[in-house]
Amino acid sequence: MPVSTTARGTPIWRLRTTRAQWLGYLAWLFGLCLFLLCWKVISDNTMWVFVEDAGRQGSDLIRRMMPPEWQFAQQLWKPMWDTLNIATLGTLLGIAMAFPVAFLAARNTTPHPLIRSLAMVIIVASRSINSLIWAMLLVTILGPGVLAGIIAIALRSIGFVGKLLYEAIEEIHPTPVEAISATGASRLQVMNYGVLPQVMPAFAGISIYRWDINIRESTVLGLVGAGGIGLQLNASINSLAWDQVSVIFVMIFATVLVSEWISARVRHAVI
Amino acid sequence: MLTLSGVCKRYPTGDRALTDIELSLPRGQVMALIGPSGAGKSTLIRCVNRLVEPTSGSIRLDDTELTRLTGRKLRQARRAMGMIFQEYALVDRLSVMENVLSGRLGYVGFWRSFMRRYPEDAVVEAFRLLERVGLAHALDKRADALSGGQRQRVGIARALLQSPRLLLIDEPTASLDPKTSRQIMRLIRELCAERELGAIINIHDVALARQFADRIVGLRGGKIVFDGTPAALSTDILTTIYGEEDWSTDANDDQQADAQRKADDTGQASGPTEPSVATDAPRPAPRLAAGASR
Amino acid sequence: MNRQTLAAQGHWRRPAFIAKPWLRWALVLGAVAYLAVAIGTIEVNWARVAEGMTRGLNFVAAFAQPDFLSRRGDIIDGLLESLTMTLTSTVIGVALAIPVGLGAARNIAPWPIYLLCRSIITVSRTFQEIIIAILFVVMFGFGPLAGMITLAFATVGFMAKLLAEDIEDLDWRQVEAVRATGASWWQTMNHAVQPQVMPRLIGLSMYRLDINFRESAVIGIVGAGGIGATLNTSISRYEYDTSAAILLIIIAIVLLCEYGSSHVRRWTQ
Repeated sequence: MPVSTTARGTPIWRLRTTRAQWLGYLAWLFGLCLFLLCWKVISDNTMWVFVEDAGRQGSDLIRRMMPPEWQFAQQLWKPMWDTLNIATLGTLLGIAMAFPVAFLAARNTTPHPLIRSLAMVIIVASRSINSLIWAMLLVTILGPGVLAGIIAIALRSIGFVGKLLYEAIEEIHPTPVEAISATGASRLQVMNYGVLPQVMPAFAGISIYRWDINIRESTVLGLVGAGGIGLQLNASINSLAWDQVSVIFVMIFATVLVSEWISARVRHAVI
Repeated sequence: MLTLSGVCKRYPTGDRALTDIELSLPRGQVMALIGPSGAGKSTLIRCVNRLVEPTSGSIRLDDTELTRLTGRKLRQARRAMGMIFQEYALVDRLSVMENVLSGRLGYVGFWRSFMRRYPEDAVVEAFRLLERVGLAHALDKRADALSGGQRQRVGIARALLQSPRLLLIDEPTASLDPKTSRQIMRLIRELCAERELGAIINIHDVALARQFADRIVGLRGGKIVFDGTPAALSTDILTTIYGEEDWSTDANDDQQADAQRKADDTGQASGPTEPSVATDAPRPAPRLAAGASR
Repeated sequence: MNRQTLAAQGHWRRPAFIAKPWLRWALVLGAVAYLAVAIGTIEVNWARVAEGMTRGLNFVAAFAQPDFLSRRGDIIDGLLESLTMTLTSTVIGVALAIPVGLGAARNIAPWPIYLLCRSIITVSRTFQEIIIAILFVVMFGFGPLAGMITLAFATVGFMAKLLAEDIEDLDWRQVEAVRATGASWWQTMNHAVQPQVMPRLIGLSMYRLDINFRESAVIGIVGAGGIGATLNTSISRYEYDTSAAILLIIIAIVLLCEYGSSHVRRWTQ
């Protein structure tokens, strides 16, 4: 009881009981030990000589980045266009595949529990694996280039869009669906009239949100050879041309800000 | 026309929702189904169009045995039974016309309905029904832009576009104010008469049931405990259906009834004219249905 | 009116989503033109793709018989590093995100602090973890420390933004009620703000833990430690059975994380 009585008979109030208090301390202690243990693993694997040097390295890095070599921007338009295409086409491809998967995964629209688990596996696998890993794999399979990037982005987007969309489908009002079934409509017609209008705004919002994230992700796909501005970034870093790297950073920064702004505006309009 | 015999429904949780229902509904009869919450009224009408699967028993519409139908046959049978819902159950983001036309879904193929290319006669009939329920002007409005009464009218038009032989109506007035409730009930009554439709109406409001139904069936605990004319519905029978309660109307009620009549005449509903809203006070509820059904 | 008379004669079409015809067609044409140009600029080396198809099949087949054993040591080391990086970076990141989040909430922070915190958030959110990892690897040398700092930095941006949004739309009446008792700024934070944002903060931390693990699997590519390095090596050596094993482990851990965090979230609410 939070309220207990002292030896003299006056009631005192505490937020927690003694037992709960001790359990709380114990949990904190356990967490702290775990954290320290993890820290030890990291520190064992670190060359501390390099870390002591970090300040100097950092300032050195900044000095070499400044001033940015602005003329280099001329060569970046084509990679940037590729990056945008990877993000946009990848998103389109991804949502096209995610749409049916979400309907198969939602409890109220799935034709069979077995198919539902299959759809869930697709969603989980796609969500767990970063687009960069997908890109790495696809580059070894398809060869370096924009195509690998587009497919990598698409594969990663299936899980994201699929998960959010199937959750939206599970949250729709059941009564309109019931009413449409009661008219004698077929299964597809019930989806088209009862379910689709209810999830359309969510679907549009999720897609544009994913597009925004994909812009960000497609800027780095080039690091593993999957096209876009990341290729330039990789080349500049390898040749230690840090003044070019800073130009690329500025470009990425600006693009991401603009895409975020567009995405926020569109989502505001549809919801 | 509709015959139920030995219909039972048991939910997977083990609750017996319906036990041995024997009921038959002749063509053109409007039947009210009354009973306390949880008596199985909703389950009963949902069993008829198989939104809920009956556990056992037989349900026949004219010559068709409904309980064994599947797939296309079931959809064809459902076309013959229009359903009207308590919360209107319109698709909010579709226009009024699309909602009404969705009543034809059982008659047209998927691609036609997907492209919204309905046959001309369906559109003519849909528009005529919208005019009949007084909403022709709202054709292109979105369903969520309408008031409660208007939405229920769209729901009625949708059910009628199925050209049904039977209407299944689930608490049509539960979300409406008293005046609109009566208008909706009157509309349903008139439409049933015009088209010689049979109807089963689940309703909480005993007074409305008495006024608008040809026949009243009382359900309690999943069993039929009363089946007769509105006139035969005595206070004793109400006690059997709903349990012990002081069913007599007091002076207060008469005043309210007067006020209601006045409000109906002038077409405005004001504070004291809400007799069918439940009062939580310990005194007997002013209207039968209100107190009894809670 | 027109549409009504038409409907009465049986002619009815769904009203167009975009009412102005010229705008509708302009949008359609624009989209088609973009798609045509964008797809046109994709350069695909079909010979290379055809050649790679057998490798693709190999990869898919590898999932049927993943090889956990032949690189057991590397996998375990990588996983251990990834997990430790995940945990420490989440703890540090969340701890740092709380002050930044408070500073980035318009309703409780003064202007200069607000601007500073918002710019930290923007920078951290704009750049992919991997870009930040490159810089930190240059600064701190190869190894998990650079990875941990990267993930912590990314966590700060993510958590602080959501925390700030939460604080911005918290129930102001409760704050006023506590203030009205004469509470100090710290007491107000503790009694009025903390109880309102705490459950979501815990939920988000769990979510971020999950994200950090997934990210820890990639930043190894640029030398910041973790399972990513192992994965990268196995893929570039075409040892798809090992890669499949690593990917399956990652999927399993992410699933476990999600399962755990859904429990924690239910327990805090």
